[in-house]
Amino acid sequence: MALTLPLTLADKIWDAHVTATTPAGSDLVAIDRVFLHERTGASALKSMASAGRPVVDPRRVFAVMDHIVDTRPGRGDKTLMLGGQAFITETRAAAIAAGITLFDVTDPDQGITHVISPELGIVLPGCTLVAPDSHTCTQGALGALAWGIGSSEAEHAMATGVLRLPRPKTMLVRFDGALRPGVTAKDMALALIAAHGAGGGAGHVVEFAGPAVRALDIEARMTLCNMATEFAAMAAIIAPDEKTYAYLAGRRYAPTAFDAPYWTSLHSDEGARFDRTIVIDAAAIAPMITWGTSPEHAIPIDGVVPSGPTRAHDYIGLAPGAAIIGTPIDVAFIGSCTNARLSDLRRAAALVKGRHIAPSIQKALVVPGSGAVKRAAEAEGLDKIFAEAGFEWRESGCSLCFFAGGESFPAGSRSISSTNRNFEGRQGPGIRTHIASPEVVVASAIAGAIADPRDLEPQA
Amino acid sequence: MTPFTTLSAIAAPMMFDNIDTDAIIPSREMKSTGRTGLAEGLFAGWRYVEGRVPNPDFVLNRPEYAGARIIAGGANFGCGSSREHAVWALAEYGVRCIIAPGFAPIFAANCIRNGLLPLVLPREAVESIAGREVYINLAAQTLTCGDETYSFPIEAEAKDMLLEGLDAIDLTLKSRTAIAAWTHADRTARPWIYL
Ligand code: SF4
Repeated sequence: MALTLPLTLADKIWDAHVTATTPAGSDLVAIDRVFLHERTGASALKSMASAGRPVVDPRRVFAVMDHIVDTRPGRGDKTLMLGGQAFITETRAAAIAAGITLFDVTDPDQGITHVISPELGIVLPGCTLVAPDSHTCTQGALGALAWGIGSSEAEHAMATGVLRLPRPKTMLVRFDGALRPGVTAKDMALALIAAHGAGGGAGHVVEFAGPAVRALDIEARMTLCNMATEFAAMAAIIAPDEKTYAYLAGRRYAPTAFDAPYWTSLHSDEGARFDRTIVIDAAAIAPMITWGTSPEHAIPIDGVVPSGPTRAHDYIGLAPGAAIIGTPIDVAFIGSCTNARLSDLRRAAALVKGRHIAPSIQKALVVPGSGAVKRAAEAEGLDKIFAEAGFEWRESGCSLCFFAGGESFPAGSRSISSTNRNFEGRQGPGIRTHIASPEVVVASAIAGAIADPRDLEPQA
Repeated sequence: MTPFTTLSAIAAPMMFDNIDTDAIIPSREMKSTGRTGLAEGLFAGWRYVEGRVPNPDFVLNRPEYAGARIIAGGANFGCGSSREHAVWALAEYGVRCIIAPGFAPIFAANCIRNGLLPLVLPREAVESIAGREVYINLAAQTLTCGDETYSFPIEAEAKDMLLEGLDAIDLTLKSRTAIAAWTHADRTARPWIYL
C-alpha cells in the first residue's frame, strides 16, 4: 500500500516498485537487477533449470567469480579450496545456459560483486538490486535499494521479476559534524555497531545522512553502507547527490545523462517519518578496532578490552582491561568489499611508503577489489610501494576475507584485517581476527603489533 | 515443502548471542553446488574436535539433544553471510524451528522459504524454555512450556506460507499479468533500467 507525503527515500523507491499487493499485505516488489557470484549462483541457476523455470529478463542478471577464485598471479579455474573448481565451472555453465552476463575469472572487469557493480554502473540511484550475498547493502551508497537475500529468493527474483515482502521499517542514522583526521568511514560503521549492537538495525532500511556522510566520497560511502549487514539491517541507503551522478556518468551500464526529473526526487522529504532515528557526533569517533568475535566488539584503538562474553575473550585470547595497542599480530590483510577500492589503497600506500612490515609478520597481503582497481593502482605505482614494504600484491577476489578451505594460518594466529567480519573461524579455524580501517592494518603491519595510524606521518 | 502446523520437541539450548551462519555451516563444509549433504557440516567448528571426532561438550552431541528439532538461541540468530546453506543444513539435520529473541533478516527469510519457523520470544522467555519440552501451535501463534503459554508474532504472509507449505514462486507466478502490466508501463517511465 502506498504511503502519503512526506516520504523517506526508501519508501519512495519501494512505492515506485510495487507491482501488486498480496491479500496478506506483502508487496510484490519489482527487482531491477540481480547479481550472482559463484559461491551461491550456480545452485540458484541449477535449481531453476531443474524446475524448468527460465530467467525472465537475462539482460538484467549478472554474475561474477569472486569468492573462491585464486588470487595468485596467473590464475585460472583451479582454486585452493578443495572441490572449489566445480563452483566456478558450474556457475559458468549455468550462466551461459541462462543467457546472463558473466564476468569470468580472467575477464578484465572481474572483481568483488559490490565493487564492480558500481564501477560498471550496474547499480543506479532509485533502482532495486538484490544478490545472494549479505553485503549487497554496500550498493545502497549509490542511492539504490540494494539488499542481500538467500538462494531461494534469488531464484524467485529471477523467475518472477519480483520479490514478495512486507514493507521494511526505516531508520535514520545521522552523523553530525565532521570526522577528525585519520578517522574513516570504516570507523563510522564500527562506532555505530559498537554503540547500538550487532542486532541494532534488524529489519530496517538504514538511511545514512548528515554532514559527515555528505562529506564522504562515493567509495567511502560504500564502506559505510557495506557494514549495514553487520548491524542486521536489511539495507543501507544514502541519497544520491552531484557526487553520485558524477561518479556514475559514463559508466558502461549507466544512462548517459541524469537529467530526468526522476533523479531529483531521490531524497527523503523534509519531515519524513522514520521508525527510528540515531544521531552520532562524527567528531567524537576515533579509529576503531574489534577486540572480540562480533563486530559489536569494537573499541577506539587507544582503548582497553572491555568485559564481554567469556566465549569471546577465550577465543580471542585477550583479557578484560588489556590495552589493545601493542597486541602482537601475525597476519595483515587489506582487501574485501569493505576496503579494497582505489581510495583505500591510496591511503594505505601513503602510510606504507618508505617503510617495511615487521619481520614477525607471517603474511601481509593486498588484494584489490577489482581488476579495474588493480590496474588503476598499478598505473599510480601503488603495487610497488606495497611490494617494497613486504606486502604481496594479488589479483582481485574475496581472498582472506573468509575461509573456504584455501589459504590460512595455524590456529591461534592473529590477523589484522580491513574486512567486515571477525567471527570465530571466519579467516580459518582458530584464527583471531581484528577488523579495522586500512590505515590501522598498515600501521599494525609495520609495527608487528596493533598500532594507531595517527602516530605515523604519511611520507612524502 | 513440508507444512509447519504444530510441533512438540525439546528445545536444545544454545543461549549465546550472534550465532552466525559461518558457525551454523562453515564455508569449508559447503562442498558442492547442491543443497544436500550439509547436515554433517552443521555447526562443524563446534561439533567436532581434531579428526572429526564429536565434541562431547557440544549441545547436539549430548544424548538428550541429539537430533534436536528445536534450537533455543540468543539474540541476532543467523547473522552474517546470506548463505541459505545454513538453513538447508539445519533442515537436513531435522531442525524445524529456532526460538530466539531476534533473527538476522536474511536468515529469517531463508527459514520461511524452507519450512522452518523462526520464532521470536523475549529473552527471558527463551531462557526459561531452553532445554525443556515445548509445544508450538503456529495457527494459534502460541508456544506452551509447562504451565506457561506464550504468544509469538509472525508476518501474516510468512505464517500462511509455513502453514500451507507453499512454494513462493508458484504463488507469485499467479500474479504474472499484474507484474507484466507494471513492467510494460515501467519500460516507458524508466527506460534506462531495461538493458
Ligand atoms: S569480500 Fe568478504 S564480505 Fe565481501 S563479498 Fe567477498 S566474502 Fe563477502
